[in-house]
Amino acid sequence: MVALRLIPCLDVANGRVVKGVNFVGLRDAGDPVELACRYSHAGADELVFLDIAASHEGRATLLDLVRRTAEEVTIPFTVGGGIGSIDGITELLRAGADKVSLNSTAVRYPQLISQGADRFGCQCIVVAIDARRRSEAGKGWDVYIKGGRQNTGLDVLAWAKKVEEMGAGEILLTSMDGDGTQSGYDLELTRKVSEALSIPIIASGGAGSIKDIEDVLTKGKASAALLASLLHDGVLTVEEIKADLLRAGLPIRPING
Amino acid sequence: MSRSLGLIDYGMGNLHSVRKAFSRLDKELLIVNSPEDLANCSGLILPGVGAFDPAMECLEKIGMVSSLKDWAEQGKPLLGICLGLQLLFEASDEGKSKGLGLLKGIVRRLPSNEEERIPHMGWAPLKQRKACPLLADNDASNWMYFVHSYAAIPEDTQDLAATAPFGKLGVTAVVWKGRIGACQFHPEKSSIAGQRMLKRWLSWLEEGAQPLQ
Repeated sequence: MVALRLIPCLDVANGRVVKGVNFVGLRDAGDPVELACRYSHAGADELVFLDIAASHEGRATLLDLVRRTAEEVTIPFTVGGGIGSIDGITELLRAGADKVSLNSTAVRYPQLISQGADRFGCQCIVVAIDARRRSEAGKGWDVYIKGGRQNTGLDVLAWAKKVEEMGAGEILLTSMDGDGTQSGYDLELTRKVSEALSIPIIASGGAGSIKDIEDVLTKGKASAALLASLLHDGVLTVEEIKADLLRAGLPIRPING
Repeated sequence: MSRSLGLIDYGMGNLHSVRKAFSRLDKELLIVNSPEDLANCSGLILPGVGAFDPAMECLEKIGMVSSLKDWAEQGKPLLGICLGLQLLFEASDEGKSKGLGLLKGIVRRLPSNEEERIPHMGWAPLKQRKACPLLADNDASNWMYFVHSYAAIPEDTQDLAATAPFGKLGVTAVVWKGRIGACQFHPEKSSIAGQRMLKRWLSWLEEGAQPLQ
């Protein structure tokens, strides 16, 4: 089987990393390209950049960042945030992104998923789903858009299946309940979506320990784990996580593989 | 040899990263848009991302289908990458177009009953089946980045140079015949392991590109 993946995620705005990153000896802690290189050398399997400002004015800066990353980084990377049209997909892929991640626009205009997949191949269309557990126990999860500000009322499982049918190559599934808490991934959410679909699921939101990551990749059946504050705050390194997961017997690409 | 290596630009996928990978190895590639450009080339790279039929149509549109067949018949070096590997075969489950037919066999949809996710996306280690200029014996650094939903099944098993684990049977990862080679994964996205593989191909070219069955 293909190795389970660890994917650092960098939030960027106006060409800079938003959350501080705790790396020893960084020349410029805010430069996404330098950070991307560091994570790549540390053994990250892929990278994700999320443009959280996603402003119209910031687009040229983002494209420049994507171009510079493509020059320097030799592992695949995904770019998301504010992609609203096939032109938006095209310009990011042309600038050198390997995949794009669609979120709010995919909900409002699902045809964009199939248009993108038809034109560029499903492997480069990731759909991000922000999920929040419904208040009534056992009633599933709602899909949120606009950075978690708006509840669409869509059921996460139903939406995930639709997204797969429309041609997405992968789903980036974020538990909003877990996001930033470091209290563990939502294993039930991740497992339910993974079991219902045949495309890979990237789990996100809640990683606080190596055990959490191991759990989401085994019990949660995710193909990849997205890592943010855990890495950026210096709690753990990619090396440490990979070494432990390898010891636990998981199929992981060795750091010098 | 003063002549260049050509990178075929037929509108399918991101040439930039392949070009950049070679430029890291101090080798600048000539972008090939038409058969006329081939006169300046001693080796060719056929990249590709996307679907089989549009790729064959785009190759046909720039007049490269018959030129590539001639190129192979003359025994000149060719390296296919990802979809570029699949196009070397005779046909694909993905479409109706004929492939280039430089290698015998069909490209099949990955089996869905193997408890594996499709697309096959991520890193996998190569398992060598025969010696070829892309592979080194005993290279522990052999993890490559794959992303595909279809895989070639070479009719001549001798053409199969390496596989990657997938289900019970594995998938075709590297093929080689004569001076034609190809990889299903993306060496340009496979960090140091991928770079080493491209470097081996360049060394083989520089050392006279001896054919290998």
